[in-house]
Amino acid sequence: MPSPVPARDPGLQPERTRLAWRRTTLSCTVAAVLAAKQAVHRGSSPLGILALTLSGLVWLGFLAVAHRRIQALSGAGRPRVLGVRAAVATAACTVALACFAVAMLF
Amino acid sequence: MITIVQTLRLWFAPQRIGEEGETPDYRFSLANERTFLAWIRTSLALVGGGFAVDQFLPDLRWGVRVALALALLAAGVLCALRAVNHWVRCERAMRRGEDLPVSRFPTLLSLAVAVVAVVMVVVVVFGWAG
Repeated sequence: MPSPVPARDPGLQPERTRLAWRRTTLSCTVAAVLAAKQAVHRGSSPLGILALTLSGLVWLGFLAVAHRRIQALSGAGRPRVLGVRAAVATAACTVALACFAVAMLF
Repeated sequence: MITIVQTLRLWFAPQRIGEEGETPDYRFSLANERTFLAWIRTSLALVGGGFAVDQFLPDLRWGVRVALALALLAAGVLCALRAVNHWVRCERAMRRGEDLPVSRFPTLLSLAVAVVAVVMVVVVVFGWAG
Protein backbone atom coordinates (compact mmCIF):
# COMPACT_ATOMS: atom_id res chain seq x y z
CA MET A 1 0.00 0.00 0.00
CA PRO A 2 1.53 3.32 -1.02
CA SER A 3 1.93 5.75 1.83
CA PRO A 4 -0.01 9.02 1.54
CA VAL A 5 2.82 11.00 3.15
CA PRO A 6 5.19 12.68 0.66
CA ALA A 7 8.49 10.90 0.19
CA ARG A 8 10.99 11.84 2.85
CA ASP A 9 14.68 11.17 2.90
CA PRO A 10 15.17 8.62 5.71
CA GLY A 11 18.62 10.06 6.47
CA LEU A 12 17.14 13.58 6.84
CA GLN A 13 19.88 14.92 4.57
CA PRO A 14 18.14 18.20 3.59
CA GLU A 15 17.32 18.91 7.25
CA ARG A 16 20.90 18.27 8.31
CA THR A 17 22.22 20.50 5.56
CA ARG A 18 19.76 23.22 6.58
CA LEU A 19 20.97 23.03 10.17
CA ALA A 20 24.57 23.19 8.95
CA TRP A 21 23.70 26.47 7.20
CA ARG A 22 22.14 27.74 10.44
CA ARG A 23 25.26 26.83 12.44
CA THR A 24 27.43 28.56 9.88
CA THR A 25 25.23 31.68 10.03
CA LEU A 26 25.69 31.66 13.79
CA SER A 27 29.49 31.44 13.40
CA CYS A 28 29.38 34.30 10.92
CA THR A 29 27.33 36.35 13.40
CA VAL A 30 29.94 35.80 16.10
CA ALA A 31 32.75 36.89 13.76
CA ALA A 32 30.74 39.94 12.63
CA VAL A 33 29.99 40.92 16.24
CA LEU A 34 33.73 40.71 17.05
CA ALA A 35 34.43 42.87 13.99
CA ALA A 36 31.81 45.42 15.12
CA LYS A 37 33.25 45.43 18.64
CA GLN A 38 36.69 46.11 17.20
CA ALA A 39 35.33 48.97 15.09
CA VAL A 40 33.45 50.53 18.04
CA HIS A 41 36.54 50.13 20.21
CA ARG A 42 38.50 52.31 17.80
CA GLY A 43 36.13 55.20 18.41
CA SER A 44 34.01 57.11 15.94
CA SER A 45 36.72 57.82 13.40
CA PRO A 46 35.55 57.71 9.76
CA LEU A 47 37.56 54.53 9.26
CA GLY A 48 35.85 52.89 12.24
CA ILE A 49 32.40 53.80 10.94
CA LEU A 50 33.31 52.51 7.49
CA ALA A 51 34.54 49.23 8.98
CA LEU A 52 31.34 48.91 11.04
CA THR A 53 29.14 49.50 7.97
CA LEU A 54 31.12 47.09 5.81
CA SER A 55 31.06 44.28 8.36
CA GLY A 56 27.30 44.81 8.72
CA LEU A 57 26.94 44.54 4.95
CA VAL A 58 29.05 41.39 4.83
CA TRP A 59 26.90 39.85 7.55
CA LEU A 60 23.71 40.75 5.65
CA GLY A 61 25.17 39.28 2.48
CA PHE A 62 25.95 36.02 4.24
CA LEU A 63 22.45 36.01 5.74
CA ALA A 64 20.93 36.42 2.27
CA VAL A 65 22.94 33.53 0.78
CA ALA A 66 22.12 31.27 3.73
CA HIS A 67 18.43 32.22 3.63
CA ARG A 68 18.13 31.43 -0.08
CA ARG A 69 19.85 28.09 0.39
CA ILE A 70 17.68 27.20 3.40
CA GLN A 71 14.59 28.04 1.33
CA ALA A 72 15.81 25.85 -1.51
CA LEU A 73 16.39 22.97 0.93
CA SER A 74 12.98 23.36 2.58
CA GLY A 75 10.91 22.64 -0.50
CA ALA A 76 9.45 19.23 -1.21
CA GLY A 77 11.14 16.85 -3.61
CA ARG A 78 14.76 16.57 -4.61
CA PRO A 79 16.74 19.57 -3.36
CA ARG A 80 18.88 21.43 -5.86
CA VAL A 81 22.66 21.15 -5.59
CA LEU A 82 24.46 24.12 -4.05
CA GLY A 83 25.48 26.60 -6.73
CA VAL A 84 29.10 27.55 -7.27
CA ARG A 85 28.15 31.23 -6.92
CA ALA A 86 26.65 30.67 -3.46
CA ALA A 87 29.77 28.77 -2.39
CA VAL A 88 32.09 31.50 -3.66
CA ALA A 89 29.92 34.19 -1.99
CA THR A 90 30.07 32.33 1.33
CA ALA A 91 33.86 32.10 1.19
CA ALA A 92 34.10 35.74 0.04
CA CYS A 93 32.20 36.90 3.15
CA THR A 94 34.68 35.04 5.35
CA VAL A 95 37.67 36.48 3.49
CA ALA A 96 36.16 39.99 3.70
CA LEU A 97 35.85 39.71 7.49
CA ALA A 98 39.48 38.60 7.68
CA CYS A 99 40.50 41.60 5.54
CA PHE A 100 38.71 43.98 7.94
CA ALA A 101 40.53 42.34 10.83
CA VAL A 102 43.89 42.89 9.11
CA ALA A 103 42.96 46.50 8.27
CA MET A 104 41.99 47.18 11.88
CA LEU A 105 45.21 45.70 13.28
CA PHE A 106 47.20 48.70 12.16
CA MET B 1 49.67 25.08 -12.36
CA ILE B 2 47.33 24.07 -15.18
CA THR B 3 45.02 22.34 -12.72
CA ILE B 4 44.87 25.48 -10.57
CA VAL B 5 43.82 27.57 -13.59
CA GLN B 6 41.25 24.96 -14.59
CA THR B 7 39.73 24.86 -11.11
CA LEU B 8 39.71 28.66 -10.92
CA ARG B 9 37.79 28.71 -14.21
CA LEU B 10 35.28 26.33 -12.67
CA TRP B 11 34.75 28.78 -9.77
CA PHE B 12 33.61 31.50 -12.13
CA ALA B 13 31.92 29.46 -14.83
CA PRO B 14 29.60 27.31 -12.72
CA GLN B 15 27.68 25.89 -15.66
CA ARG B 16 30.84 24.02 -16.70
CA ILE B 17 30.59 21.68 -13.73
CA GLY B 18 27.11 20.55 -14.85
CA GLU B 19 28.42 19.65 -18.30
CA GLU B 20 30.68 16.90 -17.03
CA GLY B 21 29.71 13.35 -16.17
CA GLU B 22 26.43 12.41 -14.52
CA THR B 23 24.58 14.04 -11.66
CA PRO B 24 25.39 12.01 -8.53
CA ASP B 25 22.88 11.01 -5.87
CA TYR B 26 21.75 14.30 -4.29
CA ARG B 27 22.62 12.95 -0.83
CA PHE B 28 26.31 12.82 -1.79
CA SER B 29 26.14 16.43 -2.96
CA LEU B 30 24.46 17.48 0.28
CA ALA B 31 27.14 15.69 2.30
CA ASN B 32 29.78 17.52 0.26
CA GLU B 33 27.96 20.79 0.97
CA ARG B 34 27.95 20.08 4.73
CA THR B 35 31.67 19.36 4.65
CA PHE B 36 32.17 22.67 2.85
CA LEU B 37 30.13 24.46 5.52
CA ALA B 38 32.13 22.79 8.28
CA TRP B 39 35.33 24.16 6.69
CA ILE B 40 33.73 27.60 6.41
CA ARG B 41 32.90 27.44 10.13
CA THR B 42 36.49 26.49 10.88
CA SER B 43 37.59 29.44 8.82
CA LEU B 44 35.17 31.80 10.61
CA ALA B 45 36.43 30.50 13.96
CA LEU B 46 40.04 31.25 12.93
CA VAL B 47 39.05 34.76 11.80
CA GLY B 48 37.17 35.24 15.08
CA GLY B 49 40.30 34.05 16.89
CA GLY B 50 42.31 36.68 15.04
CA PHE B 51 39.89 39.39 16.24
CA ALA B 52 39.93 37.95 19.75
CA VAL B 53 43.76 37.95 20.02
CA ASP B 54 43.79 41.61 19.09
CA GLN B 55 40.96 42.52 21.48
CA PHE B 56 41.43 40.35 24.53
CA LEU B 57 45.23 40.25 24.88
CA PRO B 58 46.01 43.99 25.03
CA ASP B 59 48.90 43.44 27.46
CA LEU B 60 50.97 41.62 24.86
CA ARG B 61 53.69 43.45 23.03
CA TRP B 62 52.39 44.94 19.79
CA GLY B 63 54.61 42.81 17.53
CA VAL B 64 53.65 39.51 19.17
CA ARG B 65 49.96 40.37 19.17
CA VAL B 66 49.93 41.38 15.53
CA ALA B 67 51.95 38.32 14.50
CA LEU B 68 49.58 35.93 16.30
CA ALA B 69 46.52 37.69 14.89
CA LEU B 70 47.94 37.69 11.37
CA ALA B 71 48.79 33.97 11.59
CA LEU B 72 45.22 33.15 12.62
CA LEU B 73 43.68 35.43 9.99
CA ALA B 74 45.89 34.07 7.23
CA ALA B 75 44.94 30.52 8.24
CA GLY B 76 41.26 31.58 8.13
CA VAL B 77 41.57 33.04 4.62
CA LEU B 78 43.45 29.98 3.31
CA CYS B 79 40.85 27.72 4.89
CA ALA B 80 37.95 29.55 3.22
CA LEU B 81 39.58 29.56 -0.23
CA ARG B 82 40.55 25.93 0.09
CA ALA B 83 37.00 25.08 1.23
CA VAL B 84 35.56 26.30 -2.09
CA ASN B 85 38.32 24.65 -4.06
CA HIS B 86 37.92 21.30 -2.34
CA TRP B 87 34.13 21.42 -2.68
CA VAL B 88 34.37 22.07 -6.43
CA ARG B 89 36.92 19.30 -6.89
CA CYS B 90 34.85 16.79 -4.89
CA GLU B 91 31.71 17.72 -6.83
CA ARG B 92 33.55 17.22 -10.12
CA ALA B 93 35.09 13.94 -9.01
CA MET B 94 31.65 12.64 -8.03
CA ARG B 95 30.21 13.62 -11.40
CA ARG B 96 33.06 11.93 -13.24
CA GLY B 97 32.94 8.87 -10.97
CA GLU B 98 36.56 9.37 -9.94
CA ASP B 99 38.15 8.95 -6.52
CA LEU B 100 37.66 11.91 -4.21
CA PRO B 101 40.68 14.23 -4.09
CA VAL B 102 43.03 13.76 -1.16
CA SER B 103 44.72 16.69 0.47
CA ARG B 104 47.43 17.46 2.98
CA PHE B 105 45.70 20.69 3.98
CA PRO B 106 44.09 19.33 7.20
CA THR B 107 47.53 18.24 8.46
CA LEU B 108 49.13 21.59 7.63
CA LEU B 109 46.25 23.50 9.24
CA SER B 110 46.38 21.48 12.45
CA LEU B 111 50.16 21.94 12.64
CA ALA B 112 49.76 25.71 12.16
CA VAL B 113 47.05 25.91 14.82
CA ALA B 114 49.22 23.86 17.20
CA VAL B 115 52.17 26.22 16.65
CA VAL B 116 49.97 29.27 17.31
CA ALA B 117 48.58 27.64 20.46
CA VAL B 118 52.07 26.80 21.80
CA VAL B 119 53.33 30.32 21.06
CA MET B 120 50.29 31.80 22.80
CA VAL B 121 50.79 29.64 25.91
CA VAL B 122 54.50 30.52 26.08
CA VAL B 123 53.85 34.22 25.53
CA VAL B 124 51.05 34.43 28.10
CA VAL B 125 52.91 32.40 30.76
CA PHE B 126 56.20 34.29 30.37
CA GLY B 127 54.36 37.56 29.93
CA TRP B 128 52.71 37.10 33.32
CA ALA B 129 55.85 35.80 34.96
CA GLY B 130 58.03 38.64 33.69
